Amino acid sequence: MSASERTPFKNPVIDWIDRRLPVFTFLNKEYGAFPTPKNFNYLWNFGAIAMVMLGVMILTGLFLAMNYAPSTDHAFGSVEHIMRDVNGGWLLRYMHANGASFFFIAVYIHVFRGMFYGSYKEPRELLWILGVLIMLIMMATAFMGYVLPWGQMSFWGATVITNLFSAIPVVGPSIVEWLWGGFSVDNPTLNRFFALHFLLPFVLLGVVGLHVAALHVTGSNNPTGVEPKSKKDTVPFHPYYTVKDLFGVTVFLIIYALVVFYAPNGLGEPDNYIPANPLVTPPHIVPEWYFLPFYAILRSFTIDIHLPFTSFVLISSKLGGVLLMFGAILMLLVLPWLDRSPVRSGCYRPWFRLFFALLVVDCLVLGFIGAKPPEEPFVTVGQIAAFWYFFHFLVILPLLTKFEKPRPLPASISDAVDAKKIVLLLALLLGVSATAQASESNVLPPHRPMAGWPQEGAFGTFDRAALQRGFQVYKQVCSTCHSLKLLSYRNLADLGFNEQEVKAIAAESKVTDGPNDQGEMFERPARPSDAFVKPFANDQAARAANNGALPPDLSLIVKARHGGEDYIYSLLTGFGLSPTHGEKIAEGMTFNPYFPGHQIAMPPPLQADSVTYADGTQATIEQEARDVAQFLTWAAEPKMEARKQTGARVVLFLVLFAGVLYLLKRSFWTRVH
Amino acid sequence: MTSSSQEPCCGVCTCGAKTDQKGQDRREFLAYTAGAMGVAGAAATLWPMINSMNPAADTLALSTTEVDVSGVKEGEALTVMWRGKPVFIRRRTGAEVEEAQKVDLTTLRDPQSDAERVKASSFNGQERPEWLVVVGVCTHLGCVPLGQKATDPHGEFNGWFCPCHGSQYDSSARIRKGPAPRNLDVPPYVFTDATHIRIG
Ligand code: FES
Repeated sequence: MSASERTPFKNPVIDWIDRRLPVFTFLNKEYGAFPTPKNFNYLWNFGAIAMVMLGVMILTGLFLAMNYAPSTDHAFGSVEHIMRDVNGGWLLRYMHANGASFFFIAVYIHVFRGMFYGSYKEPRELLWILGVLIMLIMMATAFMGYVLPWGQMSFWGATVITNLFSAIPVVGPSIVEWLWGGFSVDNPTLNRFFALHFLLPFVLLGVVGLHVAALHVTGSNNPTGVEPKSKKDTVPFHPYYTVKDLFGVTVFLIIYALVVFYAPNGLGEPDNYIPANPLVTPPHIVPEWYFLPFYAILRSFTIDIHLPFTSFVLISSKLGGVLLMFGAILMLLVLPWLDRSPVRSGCYRPWFRLFFALLVVDCLVLGFIGAKPPEEPFVTVGQIAAFWYFFHFLVILPLLTKFEKPRPLPASISDAVDAKKIVLLLALLLGVSATAQASESNVLPPHRPMAGWPQEGAFGTFDRAALQRGFQVYKQVCSTCHSLKLLSYRNLADLGFNEQEVKAIAAESKVTDGPNDQGEMFERPARPSDAFVKPFANDQAARAANNGALPPDLSLIVKARHGGEDYIYSLLTGFGLSPTHGEKIAEGMTFNPYFPGHQIAMPPPLQADSVTYADGTQATIEQEARDVAQFLTWAAEPKMEARKQTGARVVLFLVLFAGVLYLLKRSFWTRVH
Repeated sequence: MTSSSQEPCCGVCTCGAKTDQKGQDRREFLAYTAGAMGVAGAAATLWPMINSMNPAADTLALSTTEVDVSGVKEGEALTVMWRGKPVFIRRRTGAEVEEAQKVDLTTLRDPQSDAERVKASSFNGQERPEWLVVVGVCTHLGCVPLGQKATDPHGEFNGWFCPCHGSQYDSSARIRKGPAPRNLDVPPYVFTDATHIRIG
């Protein structure tokens, strides 16, 4: 840009800088005066939304990384340390974990928008390809990020996904060992995943830069797919789209905030609150929701393909699945050449529109199947859906190019009528897909106590008296077998105990400390800063004392089980029933219809009057179960009240902000409409 | 694109804002409100991130250390960790105490009497000036001064000597010479019985 083209700025400081480094001229050209089609609908917000989410992820991730320890011994604990002890750490972690989901929501809508309006077509092919690359990098980043908390799903997800590469003939196994840095997913794997998870977002940022640069060369597509013909068809990017994007971003953030503050674990799997155990695979492994369609495609390939008339396996079902899964994404790279219809926008292509809707439904079906166990009828449905996915791109799109007769295009953007219906359709479908979460089992569904839970709902808080009673039950009953190692005695101040009481409670337990000056370990009374003393020195001792069964740590039990506190309550009150289906109960086991497999090694833990409550509450089994379930809910998430209170403020602020932005947006746009 | 007939709607750029005065005022008001809310929202979002770098709850809870000093003989010293820093516990000889008490406070850079510095060492109402407890971190730039062992240099004032830039502390750990601005800090501590100190 030569200096002569520069329009001087009124502000002397800005002008001084701009004469030497024309950043302001650049900003004005690309984001100020940049002529932009005036007919964007709200689907055009999702590029900006995705960008904001990337920013949120990088920022929260940076501060999480400062508190995270990438080692198999400490990873799980350090995440819980962030959740419990780091200032605002729970907020950062929930923002980051759910931010990944919302980043994917934004990007997927952005991609489908591009597909419907033909934004990949000449001259925007490279723009589209860069976008597909962004999605690929995102997926790799998200996958590695999910490994970092080192829960059961992290570990087994990492195992399954890295094993995909073993399908590659000849070199596969060596590649997998190279990925692992060992013979299984272990410490070296975790370390490199952390390093890469930190690096890739910046690579992503670089590619986003290219994506945006390419966009500013070709200019944006628009709902008509007709290039702007005159100044009448465009508006300057600022203020029209800055304010519209801001409004869209804020509305999106409201939904994001509702999930972060009121359902932060809704999109996650309870199993990931169980520390990674290389010896036990969870009964039902599912990837995060945003990978489900691809996971379904992976599993849809169930036969070996032989060389004709021989038994030589050309493509094993394992390799076939892997090829299909990667193919499903890589195929998008050549989409501009599969669909060569000169008409961009689906609004003017009656058949394309129909098949596009089918494709969206197909992807949702694939997502639904991905969450189901590999059983009939899901396998067959998944195979049909996977077939259709490829059929759409490889056969239907080329055929449509040839045979479809598009409706006449408007002469210019200004002449076109906007199709708002497609926005509604997409929103509706995405809403439907969000509810497709799977949970099935052979056990009795847990139920809740008659009185419900005081901590439920957007404004629910813990009942301090119940927590104290529940703690008493834990201490006098549960703690003989179950540890609560993520809690420290100091945390009991939350239950309403004062400093002296906390000290006294701590001092009742002995901890081993040392070595002292003589090099010997010694026992001393626990202090408030000590973690809860464990009933057994190690897992082996715990098993030995419990008939070979390991009593699980209870710190996260409510978050680590489907059904949460309802499950705990149901399990504790579900003893004493007799088997209804004639199940044989093994020696030393007890029947409990709420426990997976219906037999549990734990003998009925609660009796009426197992404890004597200081506040005079009658200690029935129901009462004890209800109290201890509340205590364990608190133990699993001591910051729940802070979360809901912060949430109310954040959501209120965002709603007001969105309101102001809406009015502002309207005040500008009235001039255009 | 930026013709002079267009009025600016913000400081940096120009855009095609052209309506009547009332609409203009209303828009300006909305724009400023939105701007202010945006700045406030961004700041409120950044705060938890910045605050996450402050000491965490478990770190704060660990801020006391209990020390058994029964093994420390007269003229000896003990170094313990408190909040990740060394704390010097010195059982001074009578001569050292006397020397520390004799110093003319007006000659000191950071005037403080020895009695003031060992006030917390008293137990059961009995003063015990032989116990000096200070944070072993030079108030200049944070090095750990030498002088805990008999074989260490003690400086010209029979106390501690900081090897980094030559600060010298006396037998009450007061700064006497060199660049450090303050005496070695006295941490909060109490004798829980005659031979146990709780620091913090
Ligand atoms: S740090 Fe001790 S003299 Fe500079």
